Amino acid sequence: MTLVFACEVVLAGLLVAIATWTIVARTAFAAIVLFMVYGLLLAIVWVALSAVDVALTEAAIGGGVTSMLLMGAATRLRAPTTPVADVGLPLRIAAGLLCALVTTVLGAVVFFLPDVAPTLAPVAKDNLAASGLGNPVAAVLFVFRALDTLLEKVVLLLALVGVWSLASDEAWGGVPGLPVYARPGRILVFLAQILPPIGIIVGIYMFWAGASQPGGAFQGGTILAAVWLLTMMARLQDVPAINARWLRLLLVVGPTAFLAIGLAGFFIADSFLAYPPGIAKPLIIVVEATLTLSIGVTLALLVAGPPERLSQR
Amino acid sequence: MSSAALFGYCGAVLVGLGLYGLITRAEVLRKILSFNVLGSGVFLLFGVFARRGAAAGLGADPVPQALVITGIVVAFSATALAVALLVRLNKETGQIIVTSDDSEESSEQGATR
Amino acid sequence: MRLALDIITVVLVSAGGFFFMAGTIGLLRFPDTLTRLHALTKVDNLGLGLIVFGLLPQVESRLGALKLIVIWLLVQMSGAIVSQLIAQAVRRSGRQT
Repeated sequence: MTLVFACEVVLAGLLVAIATWTIVARTAFAAIVLFMVYGLLLAIVWVALSAVDVALTEAAIGGGVTSMLLMGAATRLRAPTTPVADVGLPLRIAAGLLCALVTTVLGAVVFFLPDVAPTLAPVAKDNLAASGLGNPVAAVLFVFRALDTLLEKVVLLLALVGVWSLASDEAWGGVPGLPVYARPGRILVFLAQILPPIGIIVGIYMFWAGASQPGGAFQGGTILAAVWLLTMMARLQDVPAINARWLRLLLVVGPTAFLAIGLAGFFIADSFLAYPPGIAKPLIIVVEATLTLSIGVTLALLVAGPPERLSQR
Repeated sequence: MSSAALFGYCGAVLVGLGLYGLITRAEVLRKILSFNVLGSGVFLLFGVFARRGAAAGLGADPVPQALVITGIVVAFSATALAVALLVRLNKETGQIIVTSDDSEESSEQGATR
Repeated sequence: MRLALDIITVVLVSAGGFFFMAGTIGLLRFPDTLTRLHALTKVDNLGLGLIVFGLLPQVESRLGALKLIVIWLLVQMSGAIVSQLIAQAVRRSGRQT
Protein backbone atom coordinates (compact mmCIF):
# COMPACT_ATOMS: atom_id res chain seq x y z
CA MET A 1 0.00 0.00 0.00
CA THR A 2 1.67 3.19 -1.13
CA LEU A 3 1.49 6.48 0.73
CA VAL A 4 -0.75 8.04 -1.91
CA PHE A 5 -3.20 5.15 -1.66
CA ALA A 6 -3.22 5.44 2.13
CA CYS A 7 -4.09 9.13 1.82
CA GLU A 8 -6.88 8.26 -0.61
CA VAL A 9 -8.28 5.69 1.81
CA VAL A 10 -8.31 8.34 4.55
CA LEU A 11 -9.97 10.80 2.16
CA ALA A 12 -12.68 8.32 1.15
CA GLY A 13 -13.31 7.38 4.78
CA LEU A 14 -13.59 11.05 5.74
CA LEU A 15 -16.01 11.66 2.87
CA VAL A 16 -18.30 8.82 3.95
CA ALA A 17 -18.11 9.96 7.59
CA ILE A 18 -19.06 13.54 6.74
CA ALA A 19 -21.91 12.35 4.49
CA THR A 20 -23.25 10.15 7.29
CA TRP A 21 -23.01 13.04 9.76
CA THR A 22 -24.85 15.31 7.29
CA ILE A 23 -27.73 12.85 7.08
CA VAL A 24 -28.06 12.25 10.84
CA ALA A 25 -27.30 15.80 12.07
CA ARG A 26 -29.93 17.13 14.43
CA THR A 27 -30.35 20.71 13.24
CA ALA A 28 -30.72 21.90 9.66
CA PHE A 29 -28.00 24.51 10.15
CA ALA A 30 -25.45 21.88 11.19
CA ALA A 31 -26.46 19.68 8.27
CA ILE A 32 -25.93 22.51 5.76
CA VAL A 33 -22.52 23.44 7.17
CA LEU A 34 -21.53 19.77 6.99
CA PHE A 35 -22.81 19.64 3.42
CA MET A 36 -20.52 22.55 2.57
CA VAL A 37 -17.55 20.66 4.02
CA TYR A 38 -18.67 17.57 2.11
CA GLY A 39 -18.70 19.50 -1.17
CA LEU A 40 -15.16 20.77 -0.64
CA LEU A 41 -13.84 17.31 0.30
CA LEU A 42 -15.53 15.94 -2.80
CA ALA A 43 -13.63 18.51 -4.88
CA ILE A 44 -10.36 17.07 -3.53
CA VAL A 45 -11.58 13.57 -4.45
CA TRP A 46 -12.21 14.79 -8.00
CA VAL A 47 -8.63 16.02 -8.21
CA ALA A 48 -7.48 12.59 -7.01
CA LEU A 49 -9.49 11.14 -9.92
CA SER A 50 -7.63 13.44 -12.37
CA ALA A 51 -10.81 15.37 -13.20
CA VAL A 52 -9.75 18.94 -12.39
CA ASP A 53 -12.54 20.63 -14.38
CA VAL A 54 -15.11 18.64 -12.42
CA ALA A 55 -13.31 19.53 -9.17
CA LEU A 56 -13.61 23.24 -9.99
CA THR A 57 -17.30 22.86 -10.85
CA GLU A 58 -18.02 20.83 -7.70
CA ALA A 59 -16.21 23.31 -5.45
CA ALA A 60 -17.97 26.28 -7.03
CA ILE A 61 -21.50 24.94 -7.56
CA GLY A 62 -21.75 21.96 -5.23
CA GLY A 63 -19.86 23.32 -2.27
CA GLY A 64 -20.47 27.01 -2.87
CA VAL A 65 -23.71 28.16 -4.45
CA THR A 66 -25.81 25.16 -3.34
CA SER A 67 -24.80 25.68 0.28
CA MET A 68 -25.57 29.40 -0.04
CA LEU A 69 -29.01 28.55 -1.41
CA LEU A 70 -29.76 26.02 1.34
CA MET A 71 -28.51 28.33 4.10
CA GLY A 72 -30.72 31.15 2.83
CA ALA A 73 -33.69 28.78 2.84
CA ALA A 74 -32.93 27.48 6.35
CA THR A 75 -32.91 31.00 7.75
CA ARG A 76 -36.17 31.87 6.00
CA LEU A 77 -38.13 28.83 7.15
CA ARG A 78 -40.39 29.40 10.14
CA ALA A 79 -40.32 26.71 12.79
CA PRO A 80 -43.35 24.43 12.52
CA THR A 81 -46.18 24.74 14.99
CA THR A 82 -46.34 21.00 15.66
CA PRO A 83 -43.02 19.18 16.20
CA VAL A 84 -41.93 17.05 13.28
CA ALA A 85 -42.06 13.33 13.95
CA ASP A 86 -39.46 11.26 12.15
CA VAL A 87 -40.43 8.01 10.50
CA GLY A 88 -40.93 4.95 12.70
CA LEU A 89 -38.50 2.11 13.26
CA PRO A 90 -39.98 -0.47 10.84
CA LEU A 91 -39.69 1.94 7.92
CA ARG A 92 -36.14 2.78 8.97
CA ILE A 93 -35.15 -0.89 8.98
CA ALA A 94 -36.79 -1.49 5.62
CA ALA A 95 -35.10 1.59 4.15
CA GLY A 96 -31.78 0.51 5.61
CA LEU A 97 -32.11 -2.91 4.00
CA LEU A 98 -33.05 -1.37 0.66
CA CYS A 99 -30.10 1.01 0.76
CA ALA A 100 -27.71 -1.76 1.77
CA LEU A 101 -28.98 -3.73 -1.22
CA VAL A 102 -28.46 -0.76 -3.58
CA THR A 103 -24.96 -0.18 -2.22
CA THR A 104 -24.06 -3.86 -2.59
CA VAL A 105 -25.31 -3.97 -6.16
CA LEU A 106 -23.36 -0.84 -7.10
CA GLY A 107 -20.28 -2.14 -5.32
CA ALA A 108 -20.58 -5.38 -7.27
CA VAL A 109 -20.80 -3.35 -10.48
CA VAL A 110 -17.56 -1.60 -9.58
CA PHE A 111 -15.96 -4.92 -8.60
CA PHE A 112 -16.87 -6.72 -11.82
CA LEU A 113 -15.84 -3.93 -14.20
CA PRO A 114 -13.83 -5.29 -17.15
CA ASP A 115 -10.07 -5.07 -16.89
CA VAL A 116 -9.71 -3.05 -20.08
CA ALA A 117 -12.07 -0.13 -19.76
CA PRO A 118 -13.84 1.15 -22.87
CA THR A 119 -12.82 4.74 -23.44
CA LEU A 120 -13.38 7.61 -25.81
CA ALA A 121 -10.14 9.38 -24.83
CA PRO A 122 -8.21 8.50 -28.02
CA VAL A 123 -11.09 9.68 -30.21
CA ALA A 124 -11.33 12.93 -28.26
CA LYS A 125 -7.58 13.44 -28.42
CA ASP A 126 -7.46 12.86 -32.17
CA ASN A 127 -10.17 15.39 -32.92
CA LEU A 128 -8.89 17.93 -30.39
CA ALA A 129 -6.56 19.68 -32.81
CA ALA A 130 -9.31 20.25 -35.34
CA SER A 131 -11.40 22.10 -32.78
CA GLY A 132 -8.59 24.49 -31.87
CA LEU A 133 -8.95 23.93 -28.13
CA GLY A 134 -6.37 22.49 -25.76
CA ASN A 135 -8.67 21.31 -22.97
CA PRO A 136 -10.37 18.02 -23.94
CA VAL A 137 -13.25 18.48 -21.50
CA ALA A 138 -14.01 21.92 -22.96
CA ALA A 139 -13.86 20.36 -26.42
CA VAL A 140 -16.38 17.70 -25.40
CA LEU A 141 -18.64 20.33 -23.81
CA PHE A 142 -18.64 22.85 -26.64
CA VAL A 143 -17.75 20.92 -29.79
CA PHE A 144 -18.40 17.19 -29.63
CA ARG A 145 -21.49 17.29 -27.41
CA ALA A 146 -22.45 20.90 -27.80
CA LEU A 147 -26.13 19.99 -27.97
CA ASP A 148 -26.01 18.76 -24.35
CA THR A 149 -24.52 22.05 -23.20
CA LEU A 150 -27.09 24.09 -25.12
CA LEU A 151 -29.93 22.10 -23.59
CA GLU A 152 -28.34 22.36 -20.15
CA LYS A 153 -28.34 26.12 -20.45
CA VAL A 154 -32.01 26.02 -21.45
CA VAL A 155 -32.71 23.83 -18.39
CA LEU A 156 -31.11 26.50 -16.20
CA LEU A 157 -33.40 29.14 -17.70
CA LEU A 158 -36.43 26.88 -17.28
CA ALA A 159 -35.56 26.37 -13.60
CA LEU A 160 -35.31 30.15 -13.21
CA VAL A 161 -38.73 30.64 -14.82
CA GLY A 162 -40.05 27.95 -12.47
CA VAL A 163 -38.60 29.73 -9.45
CA TRP A 164 -40.02 33.07 -10.61
CA SER A 165 -43.45 31.55 -11.18
CA LEU A 166 -43.68 30.86 -7.43
CA ALA A 167 -44.14 34.59 -6.78
CA SER A 168 -47.52 35.83 -5.69
CA ASP A 169 -49.52 37.76 -8.28
CA GLU A 170 -48.94 41.16 -6.68
CA ALA A 171 -45.19 40.73 -6.57
CA TRP A 172 -44.73 39.60 -10.17
CA GLY A 173 -42.01 41.62 -11.85
CA GLY A 174 -40.68 42.81 -8.52
CA VAL A 175 -37.55 42.38 -6.45
CA PRO A 176 -36.45 38.91 -5.29
CA GLY A 177 -36.42 38.30 -1.57
CA LEU A 178 -32.71 37.56 -1.23
CA PRO A 179 -31.87 37.69 2.48
CA VAL A 180 -29.79 40.86 2.83
CA TYR A 181 -28.20 42.29 5.94
CA ALA A 182 -30.43 45.05 7.32
CA ARG A 183 -27.48 47.08 8.52
CA PRO A 184 -24.31 45.43 7.26
CA GLY A 185 -21.37 46.02 9.57
CA ARG A 186 -18.21 47.66 8.34
CA ILE A 187 -16.44 44.32 8.10
CA LEU A 188 -18.92 42.80 5.67
CA VAL A 189 -18.93 45.96 3.57
CA PHE A 190 -15.13 45.82 3.52
CA LEU A 191 -15.21 42.24 2.24
CA ALA A 192 -17.85 43.14 -0.36
CA GLN A 193 -15.64 45.98 -1.59
CA ILE A 194 -12.36 44.06 -1.71
CA LEU A 195 -13.43 40.66 -2.99
CA PRO A 196 -15.53 41.43 -6.11
CA PRO A 197 -12.69 42.95 -8.19
CA ILE A 198 -10.55 39.90 -7.40
CA GLY A 199 -13.53 37.64 -8.08
CA ILE A 200 -14.23 39.25 -11.44
CA ILE A 201 -10.61 38.85 -12.52
CA VAL A 202 -10.51 35.23 -11.33
CA GLY A 203 -13.86 34.45 -13.00
CA ILE A 204 -12.87 35.92 -16.35
CA TYR A 205 -9.43 34.30 -16.14
CA MET A 206 -11.01 30.94 -15.41
CA PHE A 207 -13.29 31.23 -18.44
CA TRP A 208 -10.40 32.37 -20.66
CA ALA A 209 -7.96 29.74 -19.47
CA GLY A 210 -10.61 27.05 -19.84
CA ALA A 211 -9.81 26.78 -23.52
CA SER A 212 -6.43 25.20 -22.88
CA GLN A 213 -6.31 24.37 -19.15
CA PRO A 214 -8.89 23.18 -16.64
CA GLY A 215 -11.57 25.81 -16.27
CA GLY A 216 -14.38 26.98 -18.45
CA ALA A 217 -17.54 29.01 -18.73
CA PHE A 218 -19.47 27.28 -15.92
CA GLN A 219 -16.77 27.66 -13.31
CA GLY A 220 -16.01 31.28 -14.22
CA GLY A 221 -19.70 32.16 -14.37
CA THR A 222 -20.28 30.71 -10.90
CA ILE A 223 -17.54 32.90 -9.42
CA LEU A 224 -19.11 35.97 -11.04
CA ALA A 225 -22.48 34.97 -9.59
CA ALA A 226 -20.94 34.53 -6.13
CA VAL A 227 -19.32 37.97 -5.99
CA TRP A 228 -22.50 39.62 -7.30
CA LEU A 229 -24.49 37.91 -4.55
CA LEU A 230 -21.94 39.14 -1.99
CA THR A 231 -22.35 42.77 -3.07
CA MET A 232 -26.14 42.42 -2.99
CA MET A 233 -26.11 40.86 0.47
CA ALA A 234 -23.89 43.63 1.82
CA ARG A 235 -26.30 46.18 0.33
CA LEU A 236 -23.67 47.74 -1.88
CA GLN A 237 -26.00 47.09 -4.80
CA ASP A 238 -29.75 46.77 -4.94
CA VAL A 239 -31.29 43.45 -5.85
CA PRO A 240 -32.67 44.11 -9.35
CA ALA A 241 -36.33 43.76 -10.21
CA ILE A 242 -36.88 40.77 -12.44
CA ASN A 243 -38.53 42.76 -15.22
CA ALA A 244 -35.47 44.97 -15.68
CA ARG A 245 -34.60 44.89 -19.34
CA TRP A 246 -30.83 44.63 -18.89
CA LEU A 247 -31.33 41.66 -16.60
CA ARG A 248 -33.45 39.73 -19.06
CA LEU A 249 -31.05 40.60 -21.87
CA LEU A 250 -28.08 39.22 -19.95
CA LEU A 251 -30.04 36.07 -19.14
CA VAL A 252 -30.76 35.20 -22.75
CA VAL A 253 -27.65 36.47 -24.52
CA GLY A 254 -25.77 33.24 -23.75
CA PRO A 255 -28.21 30.66 -25.08
CA THR A 256 -29.24 32.95 -27.94
CA ALA A 257 -25.66 33.34 -29.17
CA PHE A 258 -25.14 29.60 -28.78
CA LEU A 259 -28.32 28.83 -30.71
CA ALA A 260 -27.54 31.40 -33.41
CA ILE A 261 -24.06 29.99 -33.99
CA GLY A 262 -25.54 26.51 -33.99
CA LEU A 263 -28.13 27.43 -36.62
CA ALA A 264 -25.47 29.23 -38.65
CA GLY A 265 -23.72 25.89 -38.76
CA PHE A 266 -26.33 24.82 -41.31
CA PHE A 267 -24.99 27.40 -43.74
CA ILE A 268 -21.27 27.71 -43.06
CA ALA A 269 -20.51 24.15 -42.00
CA ASP A 270 -22.06 20.70 -42.23
CA SER A 271 -24.94 20.67 -39.77
CA PHE A 272 -26.45 22.11 -36.60
CA LEU A 273 -23.77 23.12 -34.08
CA ALA A 274 -20.93 22.27 -36.49
CA TYR A 275 -18.09 24.74 -36.71
CA PRO A 276 -16.21 25.56 -39.91
CA PRO A 277 -12.60 24.37 -39.44
CA GLY A 278 -10.83 27.69 -39.75
CA ILE A 279 -12.79 29.85 -37.30
CA ALA A 280 -13.84 27.18 -34.81
CA LYS A 281 -11.92 28.60 -31.87
CA PRO A 282 -13.13 32.26 -32.16
CA LEU A 283 -16.72 31.03 -32.44
CA ILE A 284 -16.30 28.84 -29.36
CA ILE A 285 -14.77 31.76 -27.42
CA VAL A 286 -17.75 33.96 -28.34
CA VAL A 287 -20.14 31.24 -27.20
CA GLU A 288 -18.25 30.72 -23.95
CA ALA A 289 -17.98 34.44 -23.19
CA THR A 290 -21.71 35.10 -23.58
CA LEU A 291 -22.45 31.87 -21.73
CA THR A 292 -20.27 32.95 -18.78
CA LEU A 293 -22.27 36.16 -18.43
CA SER A 294 -25.60 34.39 -18.69
CA ILE A 295 -24.61 31.64 -16.27
CA GLY A 296 -23.42 34.19 -13.71
CA VAL A 297 -26.70 36.09 -13.84
CA THR A 298 -28.85 32.92 -13.90
CA LEU A 299 -27.14 31.27 -10.93
CA ALA A 300 -27.31 34.45 -8.86
CA LEU A 301 -31.01 34.84 -9.61
CA LEU A 302 -31.67 31.18 -8.80
CA VAL A 303 -30.16 31.78 -5.35
CA ALA A 304 -32.08 35.07 -4.96
CA GLY A 305 -35.40 33.30 -5.37
CA PRO A 306 -38.84 34.42 -6.47
CA PRO A 307 -39.85 38.10 -6.35
CA GLU A 308 -41.43 39.15 -3.08
CA ARG A 309 -42.06 42.87 -3.25
CA LEU A 310 -42.58 45.40 -5.96
CA SER A 311 -39.83 47.90 -5.27
CA GLN A 312 -36.70 48.25 -3.22
CA ARG A 313 -38.19 50.49 -0.52
CA MET B 1 -7.52 -2.36 -5.27
CA SER B 2 -6.80 0.63 -7.46
CA SER B 3 -7.66 4.15 -6.36
CA ALA B 4 -10.45 4.32 -8.92
CA ALA B 5 -12.07 1.19 -7.47
CA LEU B 6 -11.72 2.63 -3.95
CA PHE B 7 -13.64 5.74 -4.94
CA GLY B 8 -16.13 3.54 -6.78
CA TYR B 9 -17.00 1.76 -3.53
CA CYS B 10 -17.10 5.15 -1.83
CA GLY B 11 -19.61 6.36 -4.44
CA ALA B 12 -21.75 3.24 -3.93
CA VAL B 13 -21.84 3.89 -0.16
CA LEU B 14 -22.76 7.54 -0.76
CA VAL B 15 -25.66 6.48 -3.00
CA GLY B 16 -26.93 4.19 -0.24
CA LEU B 17 -26.56 6.92 2.40
CA GLY B 18 -28.31 9.52 0.28
CA LEU B 19 -31.17 7.14 -0.48
CA TYR B 20 -31.56 6.33 3.22
CA GLY B 21 -31.69 10.01 4.13
CA LEU B 22 -34.16 10.70 1.33
CA ILE B 23 -36.55 8.03 2.62
CA THR B 24 -36.28 8.43 6.38
CA ARG B 25 -35.94 12.18 7.03
CA ALA B 26 -39.31 13.85 7.23
CA GLU B 27 -38.26 17.47 6.75
CA VAL B 28 -38.10 18.58 3.12
CA LEU B 29 -34.83 20.47 3.56
CA ARG B 30 -33.11 17.31 4.85
CA LYS B 31 -34.57 15.38 1.92
CA ILE B 32 -33.05 17.92 -0.48
CA LEU B 33 -29.67 17.55 1.24
CA SER B 34 -29.87 13.75 1.01
CA PHE B 35 -30.85 14.02 -2.66
CA ASN B 36 -27.71 16.06 -3.27
CA VAL B 37 -25.57 13.45 -1.49
CA LEU B 38 -27.22 10.73 -3.61
CA GLY B 39 -26.53 12.70 -6.79
CA SER B 40 -22.89 13.29 -5.90
CA GLY B 41 -22.46 9.55 -5.28
CA VAL B 42 -23.74 8.83 -8.77
CA PHE B 43 -21.40 11.47 -10.21
CA LEU B 44 -18.53 9.87 -8.33
CA LEU B 45 -19.31 6.57 -10.07
CA PHE B 46 -19.15 8.40 -13.40
CA GLY B 47 -15.80 9.83 -12.35
CA VAL B 48 -14.54 6.34 -11.63
CA PHE B 49 -15.48 5.23 -15.13
CA ALA B 50 -13.72 8.30 -16.51
CA ARG B 51 -10.58 7.58 -14.52
CA ARG B 52 -10.47 4.00 -15.69
CA GLY B 53 -10.70 5.24 -19.25
CA ALA B 54 -7.40 7.05 -19.08
CA ALA B 55 -5.67 6.65 -22.44
CA ALA B 56 -3.84 8.55 -25.18
CA GLY B 57 -1.91 10.65 -22.69
CA LEU B 58 -5.00 12.00 -20.92
CA GLY B 59 -5.46 11.43 -17.20
CA ALA B 60 -9.12 10.54 -17.57
CA ASP B 61 -11.72 10.03 -20.28
CA PRO B 62 -13.13 13.51 -21.00
CA VAL B 63 -16.66 12.46 -22.05
CA PRO B 64 -17.90 11.25 -18.61
CA GLN B 65 -16.29 14.32 -17.06
CA ALA B 66 -18.35 16.58 -19.33
CA LEU B 67 -21.48 14.59 -18.43
CA VAL B 68 -20.74 15.07 -14.73
CA ILE B 69 -20.26 18.83 -15.15
CA THR B 70 -23.61 19.01 -16.92
CA GLY B 71 -25.13 16.87 -14.18
CA ILE B 72 -23.83 19.08 -11.38
CA VAL B 73 -25.33 22.19 -12.99
CA VAL B 74 -28.68 20.51 -13.62
CA ALA B 75 -28.76 19.12 -10.06
CA PHE B 76 -28.23 22.65 -8.79
CA SER B 77 -31.18 23.94 -10.85
CA ALA B 78 -33.37 21.17 -9.48
CA THR B 79 -32.24 22.01 -5.93
CA ALA B 80 -33.00 25.70 -6.50
CA LEU B 81 -36.51 24.92 -7.73
CA ALA B 82 -37.10 22.51 -4.82
CA VAL B 83 -35.91 25.10 -2.28
CA ALA B 84 -38.16 27.77 -3.82
CA LEU B 85 -41.12 25.37 -3.57
CA LEU B 86 -40.24 24.62 0.08
CA VAL B 87 -39.99 28.30 1.02
CA ARG B 88 -43.35 29.00 -0.66
CA LEU B 89 -44.93 25.99 1.09
CA ASN B 90 -43.63 27.25 4.40
CA LYS B 91 -44.91 30.74 3.78
CA GLU B 92 -48.39 29.48 2.88
CA THR B 93 -48.89 26.71 5.44
CA GLY B 94 -46.14 27.11 8.04
CA GLN B 95 -45.12 23.49 7.49
CA ILE B 96 -41.66 22.15 6.72
CA ILE B 97 -42.87 18.66 5.86
CA VAL B 98 -45.20 17.48 3.15
CA THR B 99 -48.22 15.62 4.51
CA SER B 100 -49.48 12.84 2.34
CA ASP B 101 -53.26 12.74 2.49
CA ASP B 102 -56.35 14.48 3.87
CA SER B 103 -57.18 11.83 6.44
CA GLU B 104 -53.98 12.69 8.30
CA GLU B 105 -54.83 16.39 8.35
CA SER B 106 -58.41 15.86 9.50
CA SER B 107 -57.31 13.51 12.27
CA GLU B 108 -54.75 16.13 13.34
CA GLN B 109 -57.44 18.78 13.46
CA GLY B 110 -59.60 16.36 15.39
CA ALA B 111 -56.84 15.99 17.96
CA THR B 112 -56.48 19.73 18.55
CA ARG B 113 -60.22 20.36 18.78
CA MET C 1 20.85 22.34 -4.77
CA ARG C 2 17.89 20.10 -5.51
CA LEU C 3 18.41 18.31 -2.21
CA ALA C 4 18.54 21.57 -0.26
CA LEU C 5 15.28 22.75 -1.85
CA ASP C 6 13.62 19.43 -1.07
CA ILE C 7 14.75 19.60 2.54
CA ILE C 8 13.35 23.14 2.86
CA THR C 9 10.05 21.93 1.40
CA VAL C 10 9.76 18.98 3.77
CA VAL C 11 10.64 21.05 6.85
CA LEU C 12 8.31 23.95 6.06
CA VAL C 13 5.37 21.79 4.98
CA SER C 14 5.75 19.64 8.12
CA ALA C 15 5.78 22.78 10.27
CA GLY C 16 2.64 23.98 8.48
CA GLY C 17 1.04 20.60 9.06
CA PHE C 18 1.85 20.86 12.75
CA PHE C 19 0.05 24.21 12.96
CA PHE C 20 -2.93 22.70 11.11
CA MET C 21 -3.07 19.92 13.68
CA ALA C 22 -2.74 22.37 16.57
CA GLY C 23 -5.57 24.50 15.17
CA THR C 24 -7.80 21.46 14.66
CA ILE C 25 -7.18 20.25 18.21
CA GLY C 26 -8.05 23.74 19.40
CA LEU C 27 -11.26 23.69 17.33
CA LEU C 28 -12.30 20.41 18.90
CA ARG C 29 -11.20 20.99 22.49
CA PHE C 30 -11.63 24.67 23.31
CA PRO C 31 -14.70 25.53 25.39
CA ASP C 32 -16.44 28.28 23.42
CA THR C 33 -16.69 29.96 20.03
CA LEU C 34 -14.30 32.87 20.61
CA THR C 35 -11.42 30.70 21.76
CA ARG C 36 -12.05 28.30 18.87
CA LEU C 37 -11.85 31.21 16.42
CA HIS C 38 -8.55 32.19 18.01
CA ALA C 39 -7.20 28.68 17.39
CA LEU C 40 -8.37 28.66 13.78
CA THR C 41 -6.57 31.88 12.86
CA LYS C 42 -3.28 30.13 13.58
CA VAL C 43 -4.24 27.58 10.95
CA ASP C 44 -5.09 30.19 8.33
CA ASN C 45 -2.13 32.49 8.76
CA LEU C 46 0.83 30.47 9.97
CA GLY C 47 -0.16 26.99 8.84
CA LEU C 48 -1.11 27.82 5.29
CA GLY C 49 1.72 30.36 4.99
CA LEU C 50 4.33 27.77 5.96
CA ILE C 51 2.89 25.27 3.52
CA VAL C 52 2.84 27.83 0.70
CA PHE C 53 6.44 28.88 1.38
CA GLY C 54 7.41 25.24 1.57
CA LEU C 55 5.87 24.60 -1.85
CA LEU C 56 7.51 27.61 -3.49
CA PRO C 57 10.85 25.86 -4.19
CA GLN C 58 8.93 23.16 -6.07
CA VAL C 59 7.14 25.48 -8.49
CA GLU C 60 8.46 25.74 -12.04
CA SER C 61 7.32 29.21 -13.09
CA ARG C 62 7.08 32.57 -11.39
CA LEU C 63 3.39 32.80 -12.31
CA GLY C 64 2.71 29.61 -10.37
CA ALA C 65 4.55 30.99 -7.33
CA LEU C 66 2.56 34.22 -7.59
CA LYS C 67 -0.69 32.25 -7.73
CA LEU C 68 0.24 30.32 -4.57
CA ILE C 69 1.00 33.53 -2.67
CA VAL C 70 -2.22 35.16 -3.87
CA ILE C 71 -4.16 32.10 -2.67
CA TRP C 72 -2.55 32.44 0.76
CA LEU C 73 -3.37 36.16 0.98
CA LEU C 74 -6.99 35.55 -0.08
CA VAL C 75 -7.45 32.79 2.51
CA GLN C 76 -5.95 35.05 5.19
CA MET C 77 -8.26 37.91 4.32
CA SER C 78 -11.41 35.83 4.10
CA GLY C 79 -10.49 33.94 7.28
CA ALA C 80 -9.93 37.15 9.21
CA ILE C 81 -13.17 38.71 8.00
CA VAL C 82 -15.26 35.62 8.65
CA SER C 83 -13.78 35.36 12.17
CA GLN C 84 -14.79 38.96 12.84
CA LEU C 85 -18.30 38.31 11.53
CA ILE C 86 -18.73 35.19 13.66
CA ALA C 87 -17.38 36.99 16.74
CA GLN C 88 -19.77 39.91 16.17
CA ALA C 89 -22.68 37.49 15.83
CA VAL C 90 -21.67 35.72 19.05
CA ARG C 91 -21.42 39.00 20.93
CA ARG C 92 -24.76 40.21 19.61
CA SER C 93 -26.61 37.03 20.44
CA GLY C 94 -25.07 36.76 23.90
CA ARG C 95 -24.53 33.04 23.70
CA GLN C 96 -21.14 31.65 24.50
CA THR C 97 -20.93 28.42 22.54
